[in-house]
Amino acid sequence: MKVLKDLFEDYRFVVSFTILCALLLLAILSLFSPHDPTLWGTAPRDIKPSWEHLFGTNSKGQDLFWQAAFAVRNSLIIALIAASLSRVIAVLVGMVAGYKGGMTGTVLMFFSDVFLVIPLFLIIVMLAMLVRERMNLVTLGLLLAAFGWSWDARVIRSQILSLRERGFTQTAVLSGTGTVRLVLNEYMPFTTPLIFSTLINNMAWVIGLEITLAFLGLVNMDIPTLGTMLQWAISYQAILLGYWWWIVTPIVLSVLLFVALYWLSVSISEYLDPRTRIQRVGA
Amino acid sequence: MTFVKGYLIPRLIQYVLVIFLGLTAVFIIPRLTPSDPVNRTIIQLRSMGSYLDPASMNAFIEDLNELYGLTGSPLEQYGAFWTRLFKGNFGVSFFQFPTPVNQLIGVALPWTLGMLLTTTVLAWILGNIIGGLAGYFGRSRWSRVVDVCTMIIRPIPYYIFAFALMLLLAYVIPLFPVSGGIPIGRQFSWTLAYFLDVLKHAFLPALSLVLLGTAVWFQTMKLVVQNVNAEDFVQYAKFGGLRDRKIATRYVIRNAMLPQITSLALSIGQIFSGALITEIVFSYPGLGMLLYNAIITGDYNLIMGITALSIIGITTAIFVIDLLYPLFDPRVRYQ
Repeated sequence: MKVLKDLFEDYRFVVSFTILCALLLLAILSLFSPHDPTLWGTAPRDIKPSWEHLFGTNSKGQDLFWQAAFAVRNSLIIALIAASLSRVIAVLVGMVAGYKGGMTGTVLMFFSDVFLVIPLFLIIVMLAMLVRERMNLVTLGLLLAAFGWSWDARVIRSQILSLRERGFTQTAVLSGTGTVRLVLNEYMPFTTPLIFSTLINNMAWVIGLEITLAFLGLVNMDIPTLGTMLQWAISYQAILLGYWWWIVTPIVLSVLLFVALYWLSVSISEYLDPRTRIQRVGA
Repeated sequence: MTFVKGYLIPRLIQYVLVIFLGLTAVFIIPRLTPSDPVNRTIIQLRSMGSYLDPASMNAFIEDLNELYGLTGSPLEQYGAFWTRLFKGNFGVSFFQFPTPVNQLIGVALPWTLGMLLTTTVLAWILGNIIGGLAGYFGRSRWSRVVDVCTMIIRPIPYYIFAFALMLLLAYVIPLFPVSGGIPIGRQFSWTLAYFLDVLKHAFLPALSLVLLGTAVWFQTMKLVVQNVNAEDFVQYAKFGGLRDRKIATRYVIRNAMLPQITSLALSIGQIFSGALITEIVFSYPGLGMLLYNAIITGDYNLIMGITALSIIGITTAIFVIDLLYPLFDPRVRYQ
């Protein structure tokens, strides 16, 4: 409880927490939607925001409020799939490379370096073109999970490297603790906050990449996500026709989401790093 | 000698290995596809209404197989792929049919390079100067204002940011042209008017790249400077009564620059991807736009050419920055 109280003293945490709660609420509301989001013509077309249609309606005859609810939900689902899977890879690679070291460690770190250096975006685009016909929330999540682990594996490795030199590692090893138990019981408590903060960053990366891939026409346009919602608005010339609410809704929602995720991760990692915490308090 | 052995050779090996692995991926990925590019090409040609008799169709299919490097066993194809790469030949584009990929890339490359070099250098310098000052004078009002602004800009992806900027400064307040690199039909000439036109069209994409980049460098530089600030030698300089400005520039910022050079090397791939997307948003006639057309028309040769070139270009850029690093950090030089 004290942790939460401390965190709530940071204005960035308060802002991001509030925004994320509101967006989650919106996503949960999608369960109670009166319409199927993939159907056209369930509402009158091109109506400005009003009390009846909170975010207005689009040229496909869909209520943008419910579209937005589904879009936020699906974008978050993709992000969660991709980010949690790539966390598994990152933790495994980081821990093995950090704890075992030696040849295995060098080879693992070389591969994560390759992923850092190569323009991954182009490789992802090439792969997305291959699975374009079978693209759905899960395939997209898997695709992005395969590429989002390298930097975080490096971060986790460097933490394990420093933990390995601490006294309690020696104590545990000498008193006969197995490697698996040592990692799970002794190291996990130290690395969990770090893994959590990389999880948030990775979610933001995934959502951004989904929006970009949608813009390139490489995702399934029938599934409402933040990316496809914006892409439909662009392909229907919503800007030129003056339907600003159609184009502003996905942009504002995604900007809110990105800022909230980033601020959350910054405030948490600053809280975890006492040096910056002291600077902020001004002690 | 220790410099060559301990610094140059490991990096050179890594450089060659990364390029090798990256290009191998470029070779393998299109071959995983169930749909055959040759078939696809023929279907697309048919749908455009061209008719070929069976004999010349077969000859055409063989030609296409040759062009796409699909003759022989996978291993032979792989060998041929490297031979073609060393000759610098990526085959023929489908999207503008008989034009070689090299020629298309050659036309687009100067636009991208110009945009990318200018914005990256500008953003890096701006972000480091402002970030360094904000980190050193962290308590002042302006540094807090800038801090909040960058906190909002930084997490926004290139695409959304470029698009929002375009909405704002080209539609709502029509200050700048919406798209393109030069007005359509304008011929190249060495005149001031032409040059100004190019600048005017480049302004919005450049602005979005510089703003985003500056926000990133600002944030990291500020953090690094705050850490250097707490070091003993800075305290010593302060107690010694040196002027604030001298401590900031000579002692703090100079030391904080080092990790920033490393981050510049590491983030070049990201910046490059971002620049491609920004080009697409503004229909800027560089590699990004070429890539977009290649994706839409399913032009594998062109995509492979762009990807292979980017991998070589980016790894080389990183390698060069790595090699220059000892010039900035004497500790590496004398090790």
